Amino acid sequence: MHIPDGFLAANTWVPAWIVSMGGLGYCIKRVSVFLKDKTVPLMGVMAAFIFAAQMLNFPVAAGTSGHLLGGVLAVVLLGPYAGAIVIAVVLAVQCLVFQDGGLTALGANIFNMSFIGAMGGYIIYNVIKNLIGGNKGIIIGTAAAAWASVVLASSACAVELAVSGTSPLRIALPAMALVHMLIGIGEAFISVVVVSFVLKTRPDLIYNNGEEAAYE
Amino acid sequence: MNKGYIIIWLSAALILAFFISPFASSSPDGLEKVAEDKGFLEKGEIVPVFTSPIPDYTWPGVANEGAATGMAGIFGTLIVFGLAYGIGSALKK
Repeated sequence: MHIPDGFLAANTWVPAWIVSMGGLGYCIKRVSVFLKDKTVPLMGVMAAFIFAAQMLNFPVAAGTSGHLLGGVLAVVLLGPYAGAIVIAVVLAVQCLVFQDGGLTALGANIFNMSFIGAMGGYIIYNVIKNLIGGNKGIIIGTAAAAWASVVLASSACAVELAVSGTSPLRIALPAMALVHMLIGIGEAFISVVVVSFVLKTRPDLIYNNGEEAAYE
Repeated sequence: MNKGYIIIWLSAALILAFFISPFASSSPDGLEKVAEDKGFLEKGEIVPVFTSPIPDYTWPGVANEGAATGMAGIFGTLIVFGLAYGIGSALKK
């Protein structure tokens, strides 16, 4: 759901840039407090993995494809602040180097995927994880948050299209939400596979995973 | 986080980017499909405000399409790895 140039009017992309830069500034301020030694290389690794995975479009319905967004995957391992920064880095490189997503729309794309998707997804993940507890809570929280993150981010995109006068909300919102409810299933599946693998091999790499998080 | 684990993950990302990405679905994604169905796709077909060096994940001048995509994938994967690692290191201090 990388918005290209031309879909958003200046009344939308200018405020989206301002909000996203402010949000990233806040993340940078907060992350330096939380950042552990092991998180730094993990930021690089997650960025690499999410970038590569985003290239892999899978078919979802007749003539439509979807790809991993990776927001929830990032926050489950890195926490909300470093996770949002990593998604923003991926989006910026996709825009500047590969023409995937417009430069004017980059602020909106960061808003949708770093803040609504990744950080919004973190809130959902955290509630479910604490409610259920244990590894089961992490897995179910990842699945639910991953699915919801894609639907919420696409809904935010629909609102931006409507505010821009590109497509009315009553048309854009149901259309975007519906197709992303399908894409979200792929998002949940891939996120659960990766998080399960991390839980088996290096459970300490899951952000805030009990006592283990304190050790290298 | 030890070096071995970094290498395993980074290798997995590079393998996905090089070997699997040429086989990815080329159908429009969710937003493109909605834009097509709801008739606003042409709004995005303006001249972009900025021309990227490797548009559409295709390495310029490489005749083989799969290789061109794979090379773009490797390049992008390494760039985001370095950038995110670098930003993380800078913020740690």
